[in-house]
Parts: sequence; C-alpha cells; structure tokens
Amino acid sequence: MKKIKLAIKIIIFLLLLFGLWYGLYYFKIWPAWLFPSPQQVWKTLLKGLANKTLIIGILISLKRIFIGFGSALLIGTILGFLIARIQILKETLGILLLGLQTLPSICWLPLALLWFGLNEKAIVFVVIIGAIFSITLSVQAAVLNVPIIYLQAGKILGAKKFTLYRRVVLPAIMPSYLTGIKQGWSFAWRSLMSGEMLFITVGLGQLLMFGRELNDMSQVLAVMLVIIFIGVFFDQLVFGFIDRQLKRRWGL
Amino acid sequence: MTLNISMKLQIRNINKKFNNNGHSIEALDNINMEISYGEFVCLVGPSGCGKSTLLNIIAGLSTPSQGRIIKQGQPGFMFQEPTLFPWLKVKDNVAFGLKNLHQEKTAIKEKVDHYLKMVHLSGFENAYPHELSGGMKQRTALARTLILDPPILLMDEPFAALDAQTREIMYTELQEIWRITKKTIVFVTHNVREAVCLGDRVLVFTARPGRIKKEFFINLPRPRDLGNLEVIKISNAIHEELKEEVEKFRQEMETHEKN
Ligand SMILES: Nc1ncnc2c1ncn2[C@@H]1O[C@H](COP(=O)(O)OP(=O)(O)OP(=O)(O)O)[C@@H](O)[C@H]1O
Ligand SMILES: [Mg+2]
Repeated sequence: MKKIKLAIKIIIFLLLLFGLWYGLYYFKIWPAWLFPSPQQVWKTLLKGLANKTLIIGILISLKRIFIGFGSALLIGTILGFLIARIQILKETLGILLLGLQTLPSICWLPLALLWFGLNEKAIVFVVIIGAIFSITLSVQAAVLNVPIIYLQAGKILGAKKFTLYRRVVLPAIMPSYLTGIKQGWSFAWRSLMSGEMLFITVGLGQLLMFGRELNDMSQVLAVMLVIIFIGVFFDQLVFGFIDRQLKRRWGL
Repeated sequence: MTLNISMKLQIRNINKKFNNNGHSIEALDNINMEISYGEFVCLVGPSGCGKSTLLNIIAGLSTPSQGRIIKQGQPGFMFQEPTLFPWLKVKDNVAFGLKNLHQEKTAIKEKVDHYLKMVHLSGFENAYPHELSGGMKQRTALARTLILDPPILLMDEPFAALDAQTREIMYTELQEIWRITKKTIVFVTHNVREAVCLGDRVLVFTARPGRIKKEFFINLPRPRDLGNLEVIKISNAIHEELKEEVEKFRQEMETHEKN
C-alpha cells in the first residue's frame, strides 16, 4: 500500500515535469533547436533504438563498465584485505591510495592513452581507477572494524585461518563493503562517461558528443535520459535491492 | 567425547600482565585451580579483577604471561557480549561449528533440531538474531556452543543483560542441561546469589590483580532457586567477603581519578 502510494506520487511528479517541459517548449521561450519538445526527444530515442546506434552505444558502454568495474571489484577486494592485514602495506600502500583517491579518475586518461594507446584498454583502465579506491578503502576499513568478539566466537567454534575469513570476516564486512561497492560503481560510471566523451570512441558518451557536433539537441537529451536511466537502474534497483535485503536480515 | 574421569581441568600458576601504553597492568596473580570434570564452578569478583581474562586464557583465546592450563578438548565459550552472527539464521548460527567439521547435511540438521529443542527454541530456526528477545539470543548461543559437545563450558556473565524473570527461567534450564549433558562448567558472574544457586563451588576473587580469596562449597540439593533460604544465607556470607574487595576497587578508582 505504502509502495503504491509512493509510486503514484512519483508518476504524478514526472507527469508535472513533462508538462512543464512541454509548456516551456510550447510558449517558445527558447528556440526549438535549443529546446526540443518531449515528443521530439522521444522520436529521436525510438529512431536511435530502431537503427541500433543507441543500442550499440548502450551495449558497448555496459560491456566496458562490467569489465572495468568487475576487475576493480576483484582487485580492490583482495587489495583491501591485504592492506588491512599487513601492517607494512597499511603504512605505505594504504596512505598512497588515500592520496590517489583525491585525484578525479578522468585525470588518469592522458596517462592511460600514453601507456595503452587509443584503444579499449585505456578506457577500461580509467573505469577501474574510478572504482578501485572506494572499494579497496571500504574493504580495508571494514576488515579492521570487524568486532573482535565475532573473530573469537568463530575461532572457538572451529573456524581457523581461511575458513575464518570466508565464514566470519567476509559476511561481517558486508554492510560497509556494499556501501563501498555502490560508491565505486557510481564513480566508475561517471569515469566511463567522461572517458567516452573525451576520447570519442563508440559508446554513450560519444553519442552525446555527436549530438553536440550535429547541433542535435534532441539527441543530446535522449542520450542523457538513457544515461540517467541506466544510473538509476543500477543504483536504486540492483544495489538498492541488495542493500535492503541485507539490512532486513541484519535488522539494521 | 569420552573422558578420563580422574583427569581434571587444571589451572596452574597463571599470571597475566597487560601492556597499556607502556603501563604494565597486572590482571591475574598466581591463579591455581583444579576443577573436576562434571563440576559446576562459579567465579565472582569485583569488576576488572580479571575474570574474563581468565576465561579467555582457559579457552585459548589469550596466552598467559606465566603458568599453564591442562585441559581436554576445546572448551565451549559463551561470551559476555552477544556474539550471534547477525547474517545467519538461528539454525545456521547453531550449525556453524558443525559445518566447520564438514559433517553431513542431514546429520547437522538432526543435531540442530535436537539442540534447539533442548533450549526450547524449536520453531525459530529461520529467524534472524535481531528478531529474537535477549533470552532467546542467549539460548541460541548456548545451543551453538553445546552442539559441539565440548567437555568444558566457559560462561562469562551469560545472563547479565536479561531481566530478572527471564534469568530465573535460564537458571532452571541451565541446571537441567547441566544435569543431562554432565558438562564441566566455569561460570563467571557478578551476582552472588546466581553463583550460589548454580554452582557446586563458588570462588571469590580479590580486586585487581585477581587472586582467589576464598572458596565456598555449596552442598545444597538441586534444582535450586534464588528464593531458597539456604541459598540466601550462603550468599550473605559470600557478600561479606566480596564487599571488602569491591570497596578496594572503588578506592582504587577514586585515587585513579584524582591523579
Ligand atoms: N586486551 C587488554 N589490554 C589491556 N588491558 C586489558 C585487556 N583486557 C583486559 N585488560 C585489563 O585487565 C583487567 C581485567 O579485565 P577483565 O575483563 O578480565 O575483568 P573482569 O573481571 O572480567 O571485569 P568485568 O566483571 O567488569 O567484566 C582490567 O583492568 C582491564 O583493564
Ligand atoms: Mg568480564
């Protein structure tokens, strides 16, 4: 019941927003080529889907984010555990990562282009960099914050060494880990979009830039909507869902 | 687990010093005990006298600065704080130890059912810890410990956070479980009457550094309850011993604050 009410509110709000948009278009406050109508944007969207340019763009961007984010997840998690457990790594690599984290990941693009050349590797590299710091640092902090009492209980119940990590530490860090993953994902998504725009390779970012070059505002808006949609889908639906499940279980 | 009856849990010349930013704190001073298998021993003493420290040492979670423990098997431990794993259902919390031993699934399930029944939690196997009351949590923790059938059970103020009514129910249940399973129990508490109600023997500790000050044998028929006149009488005697130590502890805290 509560959910239905919320959904109705959101739908009404979106309708009002589109109404406002249409109103601004109708009264020609700005010229139509700078401010297209919702219908025009919708048509461009359908056209892009029909002639596959948009679909290819979406698929390529998704492929990059999955590869980049997936690698960041794997490397970042392992790195986080190592830094948390090995004092010398904490004092060196841990501090280095804290510093590097402050650098916007897109600033790595020139370096990546020189290292890898104008190709797929460079852009995936930027995506990895975008996600990896949040993930590593969240894992590190979470591992250090696991209550000692859980470790002791695990040991008493016969979980030693690797089993202790798998059956106690890993599940115990889940809440903070998930927050780190979510943040890593959104950084990765932003890095990918900036990367694709600067580096003009097939993908959503490129379609956005093409829209600009063709002075085609409805393409720009259509692609922006798609990017928002994908962002919301992963942030709210995928990660939001996992997060809610976890909180319900833990009683948080 | 079969035990050599003549064997005892032996605690020999245990000393423990902690290092607190360069300060050496002596927590335990030359503790000696012999506990027969099947015996129920209660430890009482003022806060900070090293009771938890001693249990940790017996459990093997912490090493003594001096002395040694002679024991059979890994003791079970019920901690002072709640330690159920919040990410596991009740049945998986209870099964945790058996899964580490890689037992068969059906065998595990059978045992989990058995022990949940023993602590009166049948029907809650699929609940998560946060859905349980304080007493139910501690009973789950007890089942999780008992399921490994440890010869020795260490309990660190397991009922301190419970309300008086629930606690009394737990006394009855624990005495019954002890009667059935014949465990050796070392039970720490602040509550003297609780100690007298449960123990065959009550050991009074001094204020820090913890030493054994006096030993009381409780030869009363079981099951006992808190209202039993004999229980109250012996408790009063033990209280007298303890009062001195608590007073010492209080004075130490005050001088500590002044400095
Ligand atoms: N890990 C530790 N590092 C430093 N000091 C410690 C540590 N653990 C315990 N101590 C000190 O050792 C002393 C004994 O602590 P312990 O927890 O065993 O007391 P306790 O008798 O269980 O007290 P309570 O009844 O309040 O639980 C305390 O003074 C405490 O400050
Ligand atoms: Mg204690």
